[in-house]
Amino acid sequence: MSDGKITNATNQTLRRRPTALFNVRHFVRAGSQVGLAMLVFIVLGWLIWRGALAMEYNWQWYRVQPFFYKSIDGEIIWGPLVRGLIQTLKLASISGVFAILIGFLVAIARMSSSIAGRIIATWYLEAIRNTPLLVQLFLFYFVLAPIFGMDRFWAGVLCLSFFEASFAAEIIRGGIQGVDKGQFEAGDAIGLKARDKFRFVVIPQALPLILPPLTGLLISLIKHSAIVSVIAVAELTTEGLNLISDTFMAFEVWFLVAGIYLALTISLSIIIGLFEKKLNSHRRTA
Amino acid sequence: MTNNADQTTPQSTPIVELVGVCKWYGEFSALYDINLSISNGEKVVICGPSGSGKSTLIRCINQLEVHQAGTITVSGREVKPEMKGIEHIRRDVGMVFQSFNLFPHLTVVDNLTLGPIRNLGMSKDDATKTAMEYLERVQIAEQADKFPVQLSGGQQQRVAIARALCMKPKLMLFDEPTSALDPEMISGVLDVMIELANDGMTMIVVTHEMGFARQVADRVVFMDNGEIVEIADPETFFNNPTTDRAQLFLSQLLSH
Repeated sequence: MSDGKITNATNQTLRRRPTALFNVRHFVRAGSQVGLAMLVFIVLGWLIWRGALAMEYNWQWYRVQPFFYKSIDGEIIWGPLVRGLIQTLKLASISGVFAILIGFLVAIARMSSSIAGRIIATWYLEAIRNTPLLVQLFLFYFVLAPIFGMDRFWAGVLCLSFFEASFAAEIIRGGIQGVDKGQFEAGDAIGLKARDKFRFVVIPQALPLILPPLTGLLISLIKHSAIVSVIAVAELTTEGLNLISDTFMAFEVWFLVAGIYLALTISLSIIIGLFEKKLNSHRRTA
Repeated sequence: MTNNADQTTPQSTPIVELVGVCKWYGEFSALYDINLSISNGEKVVICGPSGSGKSTLIRCINQLEVHQAGTITVSGREVKPEMKGIEHIRRDVGMVFQSFNLFPHLTVVDNLTLGPIRNLGMSKDDATKTAMEYLERVQIAEQADKFPVQLSGGQQQRVAIARALCMKPKLMLFDEPTSALDPEMISGVLDVMIELANDGMTMIVVTHEMGFARQVADRVVFMDNGEIVEIADPETFFNNPTTDRAQLFLSQLLSH
């Protein structure tokens, strides 16, 4: 190596990377950052507490347990918040499935060679995305529901489905168009029919591109589902409103309701995050 | 190999026939009045400067690009834009791309079996057996269960060749198969192509590998600006090109 002698490259196993030593400066830096974040939260909490004290708010956390469940003669009866949560889950999951299905169809229609498909898809997208969700909900509830004989729950489900589907469609279209053109051509070249090409080549590769924004969409769907409280579907927000008018415990109830939504959306993120990791596993070289 | 050219050209029925093929991208004429007939077992190398329409030409043969005028016939059937049943023609026409285009989410062996299972209706076992035979032939059988990213460029391109062969094509199209490879990887791929040629496969190869063209080609097609300018056997083409454009092209190619 040194005096021009011919040698082979050093064996990989002999090239040990030095183990990282504990770095005090990094540790102090990270610790102070976390401390700063905690401080901000503590100040914020203190402000709310002081504010509540100043308006002489009467905290009654000891009364909230029956909002979740009551135990009568050893039998558990679910309280309004749990019943509301179950309705919200039902509402959001059915709407979520519909939204993805409709979104997929609209995305395909928009990319298809059919002129009718493209026109319908574009009109649908523009109409839904450029009118307020609340107005759409009233249209579904007061106009379409009586015509088609839907109850308020299904009016809410369909309204949310069509609303979120308009965003899902663009996310799905973006994902499919994000797949390398060469992949479509390779699928064509080995003689796959359009359906097989999408099923075995394009969709599996579009999915990792679609999932992160679609997770965001499903999370906003859970949050948007609160809006159906205006047509009195008995979901979480409606139950919260009812509780407040019964008990006047606005602070406690809204904190609880917000906490439940938060728990729901964060668990959804985590679950989809794990799924995403599995989908991307082929990208990691052994 | 080289003096086959005279014997093969006249009699046997053409497997690919292009008559008056034209293609435009908007107003830009990408191909103009292409007439080319390729007989069974023939090896044709297409070369020419970049942008001369070489890739477009072979991509028209399996309709990855559509032509707007003229007729293209593949083993007796005319291929038309947006025709029904194009997949029946495509199964006869294997294609190898410059950028490999392996399916990154599938293992090597799944890359090879997808076409035979979905298009030819083979069972998974049969398809896997065929796939392993071809992987053996391109000498990467031991990589069958890896994903494409775990292979080198040369290995990926050999997998791509095997994938095309698994469809038992009558004709293979190669679109600059070695242009994206590191110099060390090229010979492995060319070896596989030469072996394929020796086995009698009909091949249309767009390439700048002039050594390969000399060794394998029955005819060299030289294109410029969307037209076929010169067709000759390799000996004549490389030693005495008739057109000025081909002379210039070759002198630039060989000047370094």
